[in-house]
Amino acid sequence: MKELSLNILDIAENSVKAKATEINIEICETADSLSFSISDNGKGMPPDFLKQVTNPFTTTRTTRPVGLGIPLLKLAAEQTGGSFEITSRHFKDFPETHGTTTSASFFKNHIDSVPLGNIVETVVTLIQCNPDIELVFVHKTDEKTVSLDTKELRAVLKDVPLNSIEVILWIKEYLNEQYSQ
Amino acid sequence: MKSLAELAAIRDKMKDKVVLREGSSQIRVVVGMATCGIAAGARPVLSAFVEGINNAGLSANVTVTQTGCIGICQYEPVVEIYEADKEKVTYVKMTPEKAAEVIERHLKGGKVVEEYIIK
Repeated sequence: MKELSLNILDIAENSVKAKATEINIEICETADSLSFSISDNGKGMPPDFLKQVTNPFTTTRTTRPVGLGIPLLKLAAEQTGGSFEITSRHFKDFPETHGTTTSASFFKNHIDSVPLGNIVETVVTLIQCNPDIELVFVHKTDEKTVSLDTKELRAVLKDVPLNSIEVILWIKEYLNEQYSQ
Repeated sequence: MKSLAELAAIRDKMKDKVVLREGSSQIRVVVGMATCGIAAGARPVLSAFVEGINNAGLSANVTVTQTGCIGICQYEPVVEIYEADKEKVTYVKMTPEKAAEVIERHLKGGKVVEEYIIK
C-alpha cells in the first residue's frame, strides 16, 4: 500500500464485512507521529481467530487462503518503530457490545514511513459504497480538527441516500474545505 | 463554506429525482474493493467512475458500488458491469483513464470495450 489512507480503507472494509452499522475512524497526528484507530460494532471475532489474525494465512475470504490486509498494516506500523493492536468482542460472548477496534501508530520521520495520502477519498469511497452505515470520521492535528458524522447529514437528508452524487460531491468538498482552512 | 443548509437544499432538489430513479433501468458498476483491489489502485478507479458518470449525465440510471475479492487478484483493479437482460462484463487491470473510456464507449455508447475485458 502506497498510502496509509489505503490501509485505513482496507481495515474499514473488514468492518463492512463484519456487518457493522457504525464505523469510527479517528486519526491523531503530531509533528512526528501519526496514530489511527478504526472501531466498529460489527460481529467481532472469536478469541481463537483473533489470536491468528496477524498471520497472513488467516483470512475470511473464500477465494484464496491468504489474507494480507492486517499483516500489511502491522508491518507498515512496526517498521517505523510504531505499534499495532487489534481487540475484538465476539457477538457470542458480548451480545450487546460486540465489535472490533484496530489501532496503529507510526513515526513519521522514519525512513520507512508511508504518507497518510488522500484520506478524503477513503472517507468518500466508504460512504459511496456503504450509504447505510453510520461513519464518524475525526482527524486531529496540532492545528485543527477535521470531522464528519454521517448521522448529522442523514438527519438533514432524510430519505435521500448518502451516496447520491450531489451528496457525495458535497461531502468531498466539505472535507476538503476543512483541510484547506 | 459548505453548510448543512446547503445539504437541505440538495435534499429538496432530490426529492423528485429519487422517485424517478426507482423506476428507471439500472446499470450497476461494481468495483472489487478487497485488499488485492485496494492495493492495486481500486480507490481512484471507483472515484473516476463516480465523477465521470456524473459528468456524462448518467448518474440517474448508473450506480457505482463495491464487492469483495472475486478471485482474480492478479487482474485487479477489476470492475464488473451489470445491466438488465445482458451478460455481466468484467473489465480488468483498470485505471482512471480506462474508466473514462469505459464510461464513454460502454455506458454512454452501449459498446463493450473489448480491449479491457476478460472472458
